[in-house]
Formats: sequence, structure tokens, C-alpha cells
Amino acid sequence: MTAVLDTQQPATSTEAIDRARAAAGRVTDPEMPMLTLVDLGVLRDVSIEDGRVITTITPTYSGCPAMATMRDDLQRELLHAGFPDAEVRVSLTPAWTSDWITEAGRKALKDAGISPPGQAPRREGPVALTLMPTRRAVTCVLCGSDNVHLSSEFGPTTCKAMYQCLDCLEPFDHVKEI
Amino acid sequence: MTTEHTPAGSEPTVNVAHDEAGTNVEHDTHDNAYSGLLVNDANWAFGTDFEDPLAGVDTTVPEGIDAADLGVYCLMLGDDALVFSQRITEWCAGAPDLEEDIALANIALDLLGQARLLLARAAAADPNLVPELPEGSPVPDEDRLAYFRNDLAFRNVRLAEVPNGDFAEAVAKILIYSTWRLSIFERLADSRDTVLAAIAAKGVKEMSYHRDFAGRWVLTLARGTEESRARLLNALDGLWPLWTELFETHPAEAAVAAAGIGVDPAEVADEAGVIIDQVFAAAGIDRPEKGGLAGVGVHGRKGRDGLHTEALSRMLADMQVVAREHPEGRW
Repeated sequence: MTAVLDTQQPATSTEAIDRARAAAGRVTDPEMPMLTLVDLGVLRDVSIEDGRVITTITPTYSGCPAMATMRDDLQRELLHAGFPDAEVRVSLTPAWTSDWITEAGRKALKDAGISPPGQAPRREGPVALTLMPTRRAVTCVLCGSDNVHLSSEFGPTTCKAMYQCLDCLEPFDHVKEI
Repeated sequence: MTTEHTPAGSEPTVNVAHDEAGTNVEHDTHDNAYSGLLVNDANWAFGTDFEDPLAGVDTTVPEGIDAADLGVYCLMLGDDALVFSQRITEWCAGAPDLEEDIALANIALDLLGQARLLLARAAAADPNLVPELPEGSPVPDEDRLAYFRNDLAFRNVRLAEVPNGDFAEAVAKILIYSTWRLSIFERLADSRDTVLAAIAAKGVKEMSYHRDFAGRWVLTLARGTEESRARLLNALDGLWPLWTELFETHPAEAAVAAAGIGVDPAEVADEAGVIIDQVFAAAGIDRPEKGGLAGVGVHGRKGRDGLHTEALSRMLADMQVVAREHPEGRW
């Protein structure tokens, strides 16, 4: 509550935008709370227009059910930082890619037992049909072995595939390259 | 009962219990397994909020296209994704194993997300498409389109509405749908309509996974046991009559294609056919020899015209009943 009261200065100041960026930067992904939205690459912009904070987010997947929660969390965090009417806009272009996950984000994923994505496929021309299991340089998050088995390309959230280590038998998630 | 902990004149606190030694214990938040849920309503459920999925996105209709044509085209694409998503969703908790169950749910969720964006884009392009509800109803436009239209207003291809069969039928259907759709979306990513282009570019990434998933399972079943192969061939025989309809051009599709905004599905027939044949060749099976399912009446009207099989009407009854009972409901 105290933060709400100390915002009498004009909201266009450098201090205000820094405070807004810091607040937005604290919001974490609701399904992978070890990642901030900045680490995940979902938070694309924080600006102030006519005294109002505008944040811009890009969905990871079209049907990502966490988007509404991300929006609510951003608005709440900004409210606590003294910005009561923050607006959250959606940006669909360019589409989110796992390459936007920061180095800090990749480390946070690994520390939490989730295998971070490799480089997203870049393509020229039509999408190639792949009838063999996707080949990735995935290592076990527990023992580091590269003797791992892809259990499924689809996991507990739209952005993950499921693997199992064949040496230590640890099952783990891998954030898909997209 | 002792009184030493409840001073005279004050109400006993409810947040007090006794441990084994009889000493009062103050509960902290960790003692209540649900406390984490109670502090923040947003933790109760994801995605139940009504909010424009195109918030802040410029939905101006590009020059050189009739807004009604763009709206109907988005409706067609949105209905394909919605109806097919609903069919795959019916597999939840019914797949042969947990991994496949999750895979099918993921695919359905991707398609539902695409449907939401496409229907929202349809509504933004042509508000006349959106059914009217009682004043004060909080139902957003894309949900009005999904839940408050009758079967004759749905413009999806009939492949999307085919009732589910066995698992072989599911993967065969997903292979056909995603092969066709991926070829269209790869071209739609260059649409002059920036919203459609963005939805398509995202959809290409998602559906590449769907097509690979289905293609691998078609191979596995075709080269598996006699039983799995027979089931796959049977499924393909049943679905093939709906293949040609995917590549027939509706006048609305011709209009948006001519304006550089949509894709004429006839354009992708060769490419999609080659990809399907690649899968079939790897699987050691042939294209079924089945003619196309006829349309209705002298004009042969089909899914894109709003003429459907009975299966769609039944599916919509199931899908829409709760929303229609509560047009002013808040969820």
C-alpha cells in the first residue's frame, strides 16, 4: 500500500519508467514460476503513454491458458508499484520463439530440473516433414547423461516435451524449440 | 477446558489448537493446505477471464477487401479449428496411454487457441457476424460466435466434424487436417492482413508438431501388427471421401485470395498431396480409392456453405448447451 501512495510525481519521469519496468520484471510465469516473463521472453515492452503504463506481451503458444494470468499478474504488480490503470497489450508479430528465453532463464530452468531448449529451427521454404523422432542434444537434468529417451513431444504444458534418462531413469521436461 | 489461554472478556481465537502436550499452537499459513489459493483469486483457474485476445492489436481491415469477405473467411478458418479442436478434445482421458492422451490434449489446445484468435479476428472485421445476446451479457465476441450460432451458420470443412473412431482414426484425421492446413497457413503467413498473417505464422510452428506426431503414428500403425494396419487402412478409407472438399474453392476464399489476404485452397492441393503420399510411401500403403462425399442439393453445397453432416449438430448441442443456458453467466 505504501508504494501506491508515493507516486505523486509525474509518471513520465525516468524514475517512473524504471519503477514500472522493475515491477513488470518481477512477474513470473504462472506455470514455470522460476522464470520471470522477461526470462521467458514474453514481456516485450514496458512504456508510459499519457501517464499510463502500457506493457506488451507475446503469447508463447496460441492456446496458452496462462496468458490471462500473466496479464492479471502484471496489472497487480504494477498496481502495487503505484500504477493503478496499467494496460496489457498483445503483440502477435513477430511470433514468440524459444530463442527469446534468456541465458538467466535457461539456467533457472535447468536448476529447476527442466531441460532448456536448443536453438529453434530456422527454415527456408516449406516446413519439412519429420517422420523420425526429433533429434536434440538433450542431457539428463539430474545426472548429465546424454542417454535419454523422448517419451512424448507433448508434455504437461504446451511448451514442453517429455524425456526420460535411460541411465538414472529420471523423467524430465524439455522446453521445445519453436 | 482451561481458561488460562482465553482471558475473561475476550473471545477465544479460532486460530488456536493444542499440541500433544496441551500447549496452544498458533496456526501459521503453512498449516492450511489451501491458504495459498485463498490469497489470490487469480490462482484458482487459468484463462477463465473474458478479455480480448487481440487487445492492442490493430484490426483495421486492409484496403482492397470487403470487410464481409474477410469476416466470413476468418469464420471459415476459425470454425475449422474450433470444431476439430472439440473433436480431439473428446479424446481426453480416452487415449491408449497417458503420453498420447496428453499429446491429443495439447494439439486440441493449440487449435482452440487458433480458433479463438481467428473468431476474434472475424468479429473485429465484420461485427454483423456476431450473434446478439441480452444487454449486459459479458460473453465476448469470439465466444458468441462459438456458442451462439446454429449448425447452418458454421462454415467448417466437413472433415473437422467427423465423429471419432479408434486411435488409428484419430491420427489419420490429424495427419490429413494438419497436412492440408499447414500448406495453407504457410502461405497465409504472407497475408496483407497482418492479424491473419500473425495467426498463421504462429500456427505453422504449432502444426508442424501436429503433422509430425500424426505422421509417425501412421507409420507405426501401418508397420505394426496386422490389426493396427487393418485399423489404419479402415480409418483412411472412411476419411478419404472428405479429402477433395479440402481443396475446393468457395467464392469467399476466391475473393480474399484475389485481394492478397487469403489462400485459395486449390493452390495447395498438389503440395499437400505430395506430403501425404510421402507418408503413405514410408508407411507402405496406398491412397484409398474413394470418391468424394457429395454435397447437398443441385449446387452440391458442403461445409463451407454451412451444409454439414448430422454429426456437427450433435456435437454443437453438446458443446454449446451450458453457454446457451447462461447467456449472462460470468465464469
